[in-house]
Amino acid sequence: MVINLENVYKIYEMGDAEVHALDDVTLKIEEGEFVAIVGPSGSGKSTLMNILGCLDTPTSGKYEFEGRDVSRLNDNELAAIRNRRIGFVFQNFNLLPKLTALENVELPLMYAGKSTSFRRNRAKEVLEAVGLGQRLHHKPKELSGGQQQRVAIARALSADPSIILGDEPTGNLDTKSGREIMEILKALNKNGKTIILITHDLNIAKQAQRNVHIQDGRIVKDEKVVG
Amino acid sequence: MDILQTIKLAFRGIIDNKMRSFLTMLGIIIGVTSVIALVSIGQGTTAKVTEQIQSMGSNLLTVNIMGRGATTTLSYDQAMEFMNSSYISGVAPVISDSVTVEHGNVNEEDITLQGVNEYLLSVRNYSVDNGRFFTAQEIQSRKRVAVLGSEIASKLFGFVDPVGQTVKIKGYNFEVIGVMKSSSSMMGSTDEQVFIPITLAERILQSRGVRMIYIQASDKDAVSSAKTEISAKLDKIFRVKSEDDNFSYRIFDQSEMLETINETSKTLTMMLGGIAAISLIVGGIGIMNIMLVSVTERTREIGIRKALGARKIDILNQFLIESLVLSGIGGIIGVIFGYVTSWGLGKFMSMSTKTTLPVVIIAFSFSIFVGVFFGIYPANKAGNLKPIDALRYE
Repeated sequence: MVINLENVYKIYEMGDAEVHALDDVTLKIEEGEFVAIVGPSGSGKSTLMNILGCLDTPTSGKYEFEGRDVSRLNDNELAAIRNRRIGFVFQNFNLLPKLTALENVELPLMYAGKSTSFRRNRAKEVLEAVGLGQRLHHKPKELSGGQQQRVAIARALSADPSIILGDEPTGNLDTKSGREIMEILKALNKNGKTIILITHDLNIAKQAQRNVHIQDGRIVKDEKVVG
Repeated sequence: MDILQTIKLAFRGIIDNKMRSFLTMLGIIIGVTSVIALVSIGQGTTAKVTEQIQSMGSNLLTVNIMGRGATTTLSYDQAMEFMNSSYISGVAPVISDSVTVEHGNVNEEDITLQGVNEYLLSVRNYSVDNGRFFTAQEIQSRKRVAVLGSEIASKLFGFVDPVGQTVKIKGYNFEVIGVMKSSSSMMGSTDEQVFIPITLAERILQSRGVRMIYIQASDKDAVSSAKTEISAKLDKIFRVKSEDDNFSYRIFDQSEMLETINETSKTLTMMLGGIAAISLIVGGIGIMNIMLVSVTERTREIGIRKALGARKIDILNQFLIESLVLSGIGGIIGVIFGYVTSWGLGKFMSMSTKTTLPVVIIAFSFSIFVGVFFGIYPANKAGNLKPIDALRYE
């Protein structure tokens, strides 16, 4: 089991009121699954994504990532998990504007302490795999949205993580580019990567194998996609 | 993550923001430049003063007579009795006053007339440029001869050779027998002075006795013995009972003077350096200010890096190295400007400057230290950002 959430709460204090962003969430995801977490904005799906990605910690409840209790890990250990086990793909790409595509993809490897030559080769390899072999030295602003998102996917893949976490990865893209990105993600899933997508778009969600619907911080429906 | 990569990134950041980087560094540049330039001036002056004092001879003693009761001076003969000491090789008493010196229809007012004897030249390390100095015979016989300072000689005679000519002082005619070589030192210059035999000066100036005696010890090691003998003798003359009771005379020797002056100029140099160092600290605050702005501006970048696995220490290092690179480049530019400034001050403003390696190293290290010290707070702030807060930042 890659992900095991048990009775997880995330509570924010807003003045006197308490906001339950996550309210007793229990969720298990097996290795190799392609899961879409679906919900309208404000449903708590982003909070869930942050907790799954070890960017944030639950207020209470248990979160095991690959069998390790995340609440017992310190900041450096969490950083190591984000670095080596999880690949992030964000809605707005989150590439560093001053670095080239190649350098952006090298970043996780740099923090993993890999040698320069290893980083170079690996970054080239994954960029070629997403079809950007000709754009290695372009800065993000010299690339189209679809190309930028492909750089981001290459970056997520560079350290060879077991899961890819996508936060509305097609949200800022036109239909064609969005479709291309989904194809890449599906191919990755076929090669054994666990993929978790956060989306409000049912058309995107139905391309996954499993849909988890979330509303007001609670999981309201968890179903296999037939098709 | 490797340091080299971080340094490369820091350089790129600096180049990307040329104007801002330059303004940030400016404080450090000015600080390092002024530390080096000011300390160079201080050290140059110290070196020059020391050299001048040493050129006066390290075995020179200066005796000032204040006297006691009715006896306020020594007679010339009493002064010359010091010559009997085996530790003393020259005694040059001086009587001086301000006079007007005339030649033809040119006259120069407020000239220092010095009544001296034949020993003055060797005791004070002076030399004669043209003609000769007094002989013992001329001193004894009160011959009306004079030796002129170089400046006064050219004022009175222009391009005419003064030797053999006549000058008029207090109504007496003097034959010029020599012109002093131009000299300037801590103890004043001879250039605007006129020398005549002391025996004659006593009469012309109607001043009995001497108040100032230059004494040359026979060598460096004899200085303290000579001093003891002079004291013993003066104690007897002025009936001084103890050191604390002595208001009648003062004896200075060179090493004492050297020490005092060195002490003073060292303090001065430290002060100049200290004032300049304050500007370095101000420069450091400038760096901190910009780094704080930079951390805020790059909150999102920090969030992305953290999401990709950067640890706190990675982010902290990144910002610390950036501020180090800023202050380091500022320091190097400052060192270059510092050298150029002190060289320029020496060359074009004829100030004596002396730039020593330790000062340059200290100034540069201080700029690096300032970079680290004022970089830590912003870097720590960046490192402590929570990834989720940093990512959400717009």
